[in-house]
Amino acid sequence: MEKFIKFSGILAPLDRSNVDTDAIIPKQFLKSIKRSGFGPNLFDEWRYLDQGEPDKDCAGRPLNPSFVLNDARYRSASILLTRANFGCGSSREHAPWALADYGFKVIIAPSFADIFFNNCFKNGILPIVLNEDTIDNLFVEATRNEPVELSVDLQSQQLVTPSGETIHFDIDSFRKHCLLEGLDDIGLTLQHSNEIRAFEERRRETAPWVF
Amino acid sequence: MSAKTLYDKLWEDHLVRTDDDGTGLLYIDRHLVHEVTSPQAFEGLRMAKRKPWRADAVIATPDHNVPTTDRALGIADPVAKVQVETLDRNCVEFGITEFGMNDTRQGVVHVVGPEQGLILPGMTVVCGDSHTSTHGALGALAFGIGTSEVEHVLATQCLIQKKSKSMRISIDGLLGAGVTAKDIVLAIIGEIGTAGGTGYVIEFAGDAIRALSMEGRMTVCNMTIEAGARAGIVAVDNTTIDYVRGRPHTPVGEAWEKAVRSWRNLHTDEGAVFDREIQMDAAAIAPQVTWGTSPEMVVSVLGNVPDPAQEADSTKAEGMRRALDYMGLQAGTPIREIPVDLVFIGSCTNGRIEDLRSAATVAQGRKVSDKLVQALVVPGSGLVKAQAEKEGLDKIFIEAGFEWREPGCSMCLAMNADQLKPGQRCASTSNRNFEGRQGKDGRTHLVGPAMAAAAAIAGHFVDVRDL
Ligand code: SF4
Repeated sequence: MEKFIKFSGILAPLDRSNVDTDAIIPKQFLKSIKRSGFGPNLFDEWRYLDQGEPDKDCAGRPLNPSFVLNDARYRSASILLTRANFGCGSSREHAPWALADYGFKVIIAPSFADIFFNNCFKNGILPIVLNEDTIDNLFVEATRNEPVELSVDLQSQQLVTPSGETIHFDIDSFRKHCLLEGLDDIGLTLQHSNEIRAFEERRRETAPWVF
Repeated sequence: MSAKTLYDKLWEDHLVRTDDDGTGLLYIDRHLVHEVTSPQAFEGLRMAKRKPWRADAVIATPDHNVPTTDRALGIADPVAKVQVETLDRNCVEFGITEFGMNDTRQGVVHVVGPEQGLILPGMTVVCGDSHTSTHGALGALAFGIGTSEVEHVLATQCLIQKKSKSMRISIDGLLGAGVTAKDIVLAIIGEIGTAGGTGYVIEFAGDAIRALSMEGRMTVCNMTIEAGARAGIVAVDNTTIDYVRGRPHTPVGEAWEKAVRSWRNLHTDEGAVFDREIQMDAAAIAPQVTWGTSPEMVVSVLGNVPDPAQEADSTKAEGMRRALDYMGLQAGTPIREIPVDLVFIGSCTNGRIEDLRSAATVAQGRKVSDKLVQALVVPGSGLVKAQAEKEGLDKIFIEAGFEWREPGCSMCLAMNADQLKPGQRCASTSNRNFEGRQGKDGRTHLVGPAMAAAAAIAGHFVDVRDL
């Protein structure tokens, strides 16, 4: 995985709560057996006016002019600002794959659904939880005429707004370490193979019926 | 030794190691796999030249994409076909047992696991599917994971986890006649909201939960994820043990005796402390119907579609307005006056034998309203289907005008041919009413199986207790 250290990008405001993973990437695109190529179908039902299909070329499809990512100000956004409980519903990792494939590196919300939150870290996306007031202020900033660029510094756990205001965010230390170093979880866990084997032996003794 | 919650016990029993910052490495006993969230995980293993740590801990079955019509015709959609065949191939290559599309044991993965005795009390269970929470009904710690984690569990038999907070929801008292497990869980979600359980593992307790069958407990735990919780669990009791006994993968003889002795300890100790406790009165729960595009948008069948103008929180009111617009509903409309176009009975929430029996009781001797476009009954597994046919339930449904289908996820998420058309309204026994869940611009109302059957007969929602 690529290392995540510092990052700046345009903020796109998606003013909805409870955005579910079905909305992030509708089910018909889940038939793919690949990890890439989901970006053009990100938020498919909101973004386009016609029905999307896996083999349909998105280039000529009619865009929904009222959807935020179709607004000229946010076309090149890479930071998504949204409301509570983002990523609820299905566990599909296709959701962060689609967000990453589109170009999102950071998602800011007052809260995230649990599985989606986990999935983000596995794909080099940084989900940032901020309180509702800060989020409200960011929404005001992001809906001005000019696009707003935010800088994110993972090491110091800070966001910097264009006006120079800094906002601190919290992150679990293990996850921060993995993102900063671009570490592969599986490799890390396999360093503990002996412990896993020893555990397994004990479990075979105490609960042989699960094997 | 201090008093422990059931979650504490399950967690500690599977902890391989803990890091200084509290991150745990949790051993996984059972891994369920389906065709949608696994191909990229197997591909990852292949690319890293890794093998499954314990192929015998893994069980696979295709469910999301399979047709529910004549299986002999194969899968018409070429993209779906590749995905199902990819699962078949991966299972052969990595030595994993699979109940393939034409195996009678095939079905929705969360119906198949418990049915086969592959899920036992005290296990840790994962699957690349959020409704893995279903298995908590057996006193197992079970939760959904993403595809990267599927690969992680395949490669290491472990998962990196932080311990969640604990919540106990006690439903005390007696459930009214005609009120089911589905109504309990919808009422809970209505009460705590779709993010109410975020960060928690929820233990369901109280007389009303104890009185539920295993099927009912699975329905409740299934929808725990709809409340945002990592997992839902129910303590082991005689109902659990009677359910597990004699299944194909359940231990026998001395091993069974030993297992039961150990399972008897799978409950929360007297005096154990939860981070949050909620009490609800079973008698106050009426049959539930969702009116919006989130499972928390739910009311009693006797209620009306709520009015956003009366919601103080402006973000919430906006969400309600959007939902009403999407659902094509007016605030104030009595739920019982909402007509339905389709009815879907099935899914991992309500596709088990008890659910079909409950729907069949309503359907018996009655006819599906001619206002309906379609009424589908999709058994949760091949074995549920066989059992239902043995009991003659298929005939009851067919005579009433329902279609009797092959097992799979079907219209729960509409990845196969079973879909709503734009604007169509469906009474569904599944678990999600999100926009587009059952087909683009389709409108979903979540209900229990008897309520769904009753809506099919009447052509609109009715209180099943009036029948
Ligand atoms: S029945 Fe529905 S909720 Fe259950 S696994 Fe299938 S798609 Fe998911």
